[in-house]
Amino acid sequence: MKSPLIKIVNVVKDYQLPRKKLLEKRPPFRALNGVSLEVERGASFGIVGESGCGKSTLARIVMALDKPTSGQVYYEDKELFGLKTKELNGLRHHFQMVFQDPYGSLNPRKNVLGIVAEPLDTLKEKLTTQQRQKRVEKTLEEVGLNRNDIVKYPHEFSGGQRQRIAIARALITRPSLIVADEPVSALDVSVQAQVLNLMMDLQEKYNLTYIFISHDLSVVEFITDSVAVIYLGKIVEQGKTRDLFRNPLHPYTQTLLAAVPDIDPSKKRERSGKKEMVFSDAPPQGCPFQPRCQSATEICEQQNPELASKGDQHVACHHV
Amino acid sequence: MSLLHLENLTVSINTADGPIDIIEQINLQMSAGDKLGIVGESGCGKSITALAIISLLPEKSIVSGRILLNGENLLDLSPAEMCRVRGNRVGMIFQEPMTALNPVKTIGAQIAESLKLHLKIGRKEIQDRVSQLMEDVGLPVRRFPLDLYPHLLSGGQRQRVMIAMAIACEPDLLIADEPTTALDVTVQEQILDLILDLADRSGMGLIMISHDLGVIAQTTEQVAVMYTGNLFETGPTAEVFNQMAHPYTHGLFSAIPKPGHSAEQERSRLYTIPGQVPEIHMRPDGCSFADRCGHALESCRTQDPPKIDLGNQHLAWCFNPINRTDKG
Repeated sequence: MKSPLIKIVNVVKDYQLPRKKLLEKRPPFRALNGVSLEVERGASFGIVGESGCGKSTLARIVMALDKPTSGQVYYEDKELFGLKTKELNGLRHHFQMVFQDPYGSLNPRKNVLGIVAEPLDTLKEKLTTQQRQKRVEKTLEEVGLNRNDIVKYPHEFSGGQRQRIAIARALITRPSLIVADEPVSALDVSVQAQVLNLMMDLQEKYNLTYIFISHDLSVVEFITDSVAVIYLGKIVEQGKTRDLFRNPLHPYTQTLLAAVPDIDPSKKRERSGKKEMVFSDAPPQGCPFQPRCQSATEICEQQNPELASKGDQHVACHHV
Repeated sequence: MSLLHLENLTVSINTADGPIDIIEQINLQMSAGDKLGIVGESGCGKSITALAIISLLPEKSIVSGRILLNGENLLDLSPAEMCRVRGNRVGMIFQEPMTALNPVKTIGAQIAESLKLHLKIGRKEIQDRVSQLMEDVGLPVRRFPLDLYPHLLSGGQRQRVMIAMAIACEPDLLIADEPTTALDVTVQEQILDLILDLADRSGMGLIMISHDLGVIAQTTEQVAVMYTGNLFETGPTAEVFNQMAHPYTHGLFSAIPKPGHSAEQERSRLYTIPGQVPEIHMRPDGCSFADRCGHALESCRTQDPPKIDLGNQHLAWCFNPINRTDKG
């Protein structure tokens, strides 16, 4: 087996909440609760879950933008948070990020040259102005933009083109890993397809590794080969995308998949008839999904299930 | 008589280069209790159509044609008369529950606002109505007191407050403009169920605006596909979705990743519609989709596409519709 490009071991991330009273001690909010996963070079790894489940926290930790409370993140064989700041910064050009909102993630006061060339500053080799411009022009053409676009500003582009600029910015340092946090959710259907195809082309060309975060299950199913489902900071199911979508084992995965509206009008879903909001406060101990789970029993209230293998999939559930 | 009838509705704005039509001559009709979907990409005029109906367009815009609500032309009404329609006979759910609510007013006060404005009922009755509405949208008052502020609620809960506001005066027509776009799939499911239940129970008409074909398929019986301010295809949802005639509708469907199609089996690419939606002031002559269309003929670039009747109220505006037998 190939050695993984990224290995995350038992990562826990706590955020301290602001206290409400002067001398009160509030328990920290646990955004990630013991997440472990491995991503091989050249793979596309999907992370799905509802908002607030810790998807983006995980992305920030993989990008070394945030330090985990405990646990390790290995890039190849180097533990990112054991490195000196200088060593870590020397590695940063290997991993790049594409953000969700192409309107907010590009500096409106910089032209395309300035935006796309910026990551080149992290490289050891110092480039001349001409070299920088050449690199930018070449990268722009790779993402389907025109080399003359370097003098333009972000407001002159449509959403899809802006996301191409963001991809060019990520690509210019020739990274091995690109973390894409909801890269297409702000785009229209027809443009979304163009950007997804582009990302697949680039992956084949440069053997890129993607960590693809999305709440859109059909997009994740399309572009990834492995996937992890996160619920309240814990991986509840993990496996090959094909297996997991065909045969979801965890009740939460099943709920998620069943909630995607079918585009076939003849397959109208049964309405649940449940009127009240479902409250998802997790029990103090026990399975975090238990309050929403239909097959929950006594043991689910008392014990938090560990991730266990089930065939090729890994599931954290007492009843699988 | 139909509940809502848009007759040659045209919306234009004045620009430095003269007026530009954002919505061009659209005709739509729905009866009481109908569920109509409007689908299209951003900038196609979905929301503008909705805002035109409740007369909330920016002041500079010019609306012509007729908007008949139960036979009464809303464009003839004075602003004061329109205020009595808006929120009373037509309710609207806006897209972003995070910004559409007033952050400095309690949710109870916001739901009560349209009741106070439109119904002549006392304070006690208003309180009872608001509590009942909260119950109806799944926010029981015992857990969600009326003096909560919106920032204490989650996205789904805020959207429920929005729905309570929209249905407070039992409107004849409810317009939902992308009501679930900012929400998780599981919450989306709950909100759509809620809207459908309320519509079925009260018999109000529903206009569901969305870019998500799945949402439209699950919630509507009639659908209108829009592009650059024009109708491209209308008809019963089942018919349009299964036997689409317009190349644009077909393109939209082909561009979404299908379930059961994981990348691992075959590294295939998605179908894409080339190019992008033209800017308002750059819309070409003839059919505005011609430049992106694989079926375009010579005539598409010069003349407006004709309306073709495919039977069973299924209409398409196209010179060269997809042959309905060979598309599979």
